[in-house]
Amino acid sequence: MTPFSAVYILHLFNIYEINEATTLPPKKRKKKLGEEQLQRIIDLCKSAEEKSFDPFLVDIDDIINIIQEYFPEWESMDEFNLDAEAINRLASVIKLQSEWVRHRSTSLYTDPFLLEEKIRKLDKEELIDFFLRAWHPIIELEQISLHSLAKATEYWESLLPLDERWLKTKGIETKLGATSREELIGQRILLEKAFSEELAILWEELKSKVGEDGRMHYWDFVGADSYEETLQRAYLTSFLITYGYATLEIYRLEEEVYIRPFEKPSSMVSKKQVVSIPVSISIEEWEKWKNHQQD
Amino acid sequence: MEKPPTRLRKKALYLRKIKRATHLLFYKRHRKPGVKGWELKQSLGSDYPKVIQLLDRYLEKLDLQVKTVFEGEKPAEKPTLTHLDTARFYVTLRGTIAQKETKLCGWRIDDIAGLAMAISYVISKKGKVPREEVEELLRDKLPGWRVDINLDRYIRAGYLAEDKNDQLYLDWRTRAEVDQKALVDMLLGVESAETK
Repeated sequence: MTPFSAVYILHLFNIYEINEATTLPPKKRKKKLGEEQLQRIIDLCKSAEEKSFDPFLVDIDDIINIIQEYFPEWESMDEFNLDAEAINRLASVIKLQSEWVRHRSTSLYTDPFLLEEKIRKLDKEELIDFFLRAWHPIIELEQISLHSLAKATEYWESLLPLDERWLKTKGIETKLGATSREELIGQRILLEKAFSEELAILWEELKSKVGEDGRMHYWDFVGADSYEETLQRAYLTSFLITYGYATLEIYRLEEEVYIRPFEKPSSMVSKKQVVSIPVSISIEEWEKWKNHQQD
Repeated sequence: MEKPPTRLRKKALYLRKIKRATHLLFYKRHRKPGVKGWELKQSLGSDYPKVIQLLDRYLEKLDLQVKTVFEGEKPAEKPTLTHLDTARFYVTLRGTIAQKETKLCGWRIDDIAGLAMAISYVISKKGKVPREEVEELLRDKLPGWRVDINLDRYIRAGYLAEDKNDQLYLDWRTRAEVDQKALVDMLLGVESAETK
């Protein structure tokens, strides 16, 4: 963006105001105009920051007046956010202005046009000559040390020959062939039943298993003969709870966890604050539960 | 056995520290050369500014110097320990190099001319300038196909930095190696001579 277009945008504020005076009720119209103006201020300040045009082309007083004028209209959080962003952007432009003033006051300041003209006019040889008189290159060494060499030799000696290493990582060769649905189910790539169907069955099972108090021990429900099956049941149970088919009751002091099914899926999930409850299903926990069952 | 006098012990201690500082400053240990002040403090102790000063005095005979590049602007008065801890220390050439020596740096004369032009132009624009403006300026004196390659090379070497808005800045290597004031003065000096 050129400096001229920045000034142009500032003038546009007023033109836009006149054109928009149409059908909206006065309060709403003012709000809409205010939002538009703030957005334009933000865009203008952003351009000043990003495109490095003269920050003094942004008239800070004018913009502050606009922000002040519309401030009493703001009611919602979004409107206040927009207002805050406009002020924040404006602060960045003021910072740019202060940097500009500081730069002008330093000995490094030169008229950019003069210097640009100079650079363009100078022939290559002259420019190089000046630069070389101001250039003091960094001295740096890159050299291997005896210590690094010793370490590298040690590593090399412990390294297995390539053919031995490749032998270890070589994949098992298998013949290509077709597979059946049963095989995929056996490998647990496909499920026997649809997921929702499995959840419904588990929910019914939970409802039928709970005692008179309408709940049962979590481990008594998810626990199964094998550890794999226990994991599968715990995984599905977590969905029962997340989808509102059941809930967990945790007694931290007693270290007991109960699961309570709902008669109908509860819609409370979306209304209440949702919390995640980690339940460890380690093999040790499963063995402990299994031994307890056998006793 | 009798202990050597305190002065001699102190001298030996500083000699050891100067050697350690030389290793730290000359060998490139990170992606960038040079060492941060706090790293020197860790390795040499809290009197590292004195060690650096002694090393600098020694290097003068070899036409080298320890250059301190402060974070942000150079403090107007004597830098404090906090300033020094966050600064970066480099070993640079104290004097200047002749044109025929530039080949030793691995740069062609055209590359250096382009670099000089780009740096001077960024300085004249208060340290920030759109890349396309520099490209246009370079295209004046360099073949078009070299312009992009050269600019990327200056950026990779750390002379210039580019942000996501295609704006070019002076980067760490320029701050360490180029005496910006001297360069501008020389450029303008020619201008005033011409005007006379």
